[in-house]
Amino acid sequence: MTRPPVMKTPRSGPLADRAFAALAMGAALFTLAMLAAILASLTISAWPAIVKYGLGFLTSTQWDPVKEEFGGLVMIYGTLITSFIALLIAVPVSFGIALFLTELSPAWLKRPLGTAIELLAAVPSIVYGMWGLLVFSPVLSTYVQQPLQALFGGVPYLGALFAGPPVGIGILSAGIILAIMIIPFIAAVMRDVFEVTPTLLKESAYGLGATTWEVVSKVVLPYTKAGVVGGIMLGLGRAIGETMAVTFVIGNFNQLDSVSLFQAANSITSALANEFAEAGEGLHQAALMYLGLVLFFITVVVLSLSKLLLAQLKKREGVRA
Amino acid sequence: MSVGTGEWLLQQADRQQARLEIFARRKFVNRVALVLSLAAMAFGLFWLFWILFETIRLGLGGLSLATLTEMTPPPNDEGGLANAIYGSFLMVMLAAFVGTPIGIMSGIYLAEYGNRSWLATTTRFVNDVLLSAPSIVTGLFVYAVVVSRFKSFSGWAGVMALALIVIPVVIRTTENMLQLVPSALREAAYALGAPKWKVILSITLRVARAGVVTGVMLAVARIAGETAPLLFTALSNQFWTSSLSEPMASLPVTIFKFAMSPYENWQKLAWAGVFLITMAVLALNIVARVLTRAR
Repeated sequence: MTRPPVMKTPRSGPLADRAFAALAMGAALFTLAMLAAILASLTISAWPAIVKYGLGFLTSTQWDPVKEEFGGLVMIYGTLITSFIALLIAVPVSFGIALFLTELSPAWLKRPLGTAIELLAAVPSIVYGMWGLLVFSPVLSTYVQQPLQALFGGVPYLGALFAGPPVGIGILSAGIILAIMIIPFIAAVMRDVFEVTPTLLKESAYGLGATTWEVVSKVVLPYTKAGVVGGIMLGLGRAIGETMAVTFVIGNFNQLDSVSLFQAANSITSALANEFAEAGEGLHQAALMYLGLVLFFITVVVLSLSKLLLAQLKKREGVRA
Repeated sequence: MSVGTGEWLLQQADRQQARLEIFARRKFVNRVALVLSLAAMAFGLFWLFWILFETIRLGLGGLSLATLTEMTPPPNDEGGLANAIYGSFLMVMLAAFVGTPIGIMSGIYLAEYGNRSWLATTTRFVNDVLLSAPSIVTGLFVYAVVVSRFKSFSGWAGVMALALIVIPVVIRTTENMLQLVPSALREAAYALGAPKWKVILSITLRVARAGVVTGVMLAVARIAGETAPLLFTALSNQFWTSSLSEPMASLPVTIFKFAMSPYENWQKLAWAGVFLITMAVLALNIVARVLTRAR
């Protein structure tokens, strides 16, 4: 009754109008169906392994395709620890970059620098992987791992972290390369949310004599907290799901017998990339599908949290974050 | 009296001293923070330049005319990447053709029909999740649905996996760009009696054209470098094939195989491939940026 005249509902128009509206809605439903179909098909394909191992799959370290014994803990551990190292490096760096781009950089430099960082995000992951394996890991081995071993070799506990062959391939290098890959994502989100802080708030603080650092740490950061955490979660989601870069440098080693960061290991994604095409139909494939399902589940949860947090800031501000 | 004044003056001097010290400390902390921020910026740029530098140096070293004209060779033999480049080109183009219409229609739904309805909000949310979901899972999905059913790896399966990655990217940019179109334009067209589908196709979509094209270009740039979803869909092929129902070579998968090998000629070709891919992807990104800025 009170509907404004311009807002035609799809049902009220001629045939073409209705067809077009149905087409658009169909496309949207298709997107929803995609998520459901991915979940369903992974579950069905993984079913033999789910039935056989249940949730014990997540805590078993056995991975023996010959004896058909499968447990995913080694890969899950590899995925989580490399992503954790990546966050440890990427979060402070991204924060620094966002701080630089929003508060320090001269206006004429903002755009080119921002673009450069965004281009870092566009470089395909296989490039990172190949560069990591052939260029970066020898450098890491000579200039970081060997000195670290020389320094901490005899120290109890700490020494164990740096034990093993310092060949530049393993958990540490995978974590570092993941960090380089997710820095642009986190930095871009942080920059965007920092920019939604009302100028009035910032200028009030400056007017009271606050330094740039005080404005950022005591006004901007508390104001954009949710968005910042959302950005970090987005980066985490990326790191967990990254395949090629990790596959190149993690070493693909299915055993978990030391806490060393130099140890070759395996992640969910690299196990899939290396084994899936060769795995015979049956339990091996089902177990890999199970791993894929676990991976998808973790990333969907992490990314959903990220979106909710970012939406929270957006709602408050009414600005695109 | 004079003693009191003296003490008072001394106290004032002390306070002043303390204030200056606090001020100096605050300034110092600020300077440290800003220097660290500058260092972080340099750190980010450092990797970009290092990676680009090595890609260009080693890539140009491996590049020759034969790279573009000859087939992928066996180990320790001369050859090129022609079949892989062709396979990549074909699959990426087809995937863009399949994915773009679905993405644009879905974006139209979100911006023009759904708005804040339940379906639109959910779709937007799911789309954002799909946008960053691991691409290897897309490969698993297509394997389960297509490859294992037809019992064969095929170019079509690769196309499908890539198309599924195109869709969320296009949806996101299309919706954003449509929302930037001023409502006055739509209302003017409605006032002239145009039906909604015509308003969308010939007014809103047309105004947002540059932005939508940008979205498609970014999607193409994204899938051009995707390896993971092709590993168990298109697999790879050592020979030239135009048939999409056979396993098909692609540049990223070939790079993966060659880079992990111990053979020197394979590694050289892999660098050449990495060079080609990086340049293509960066060029697409830069052109896309210029397109949106010029608007």
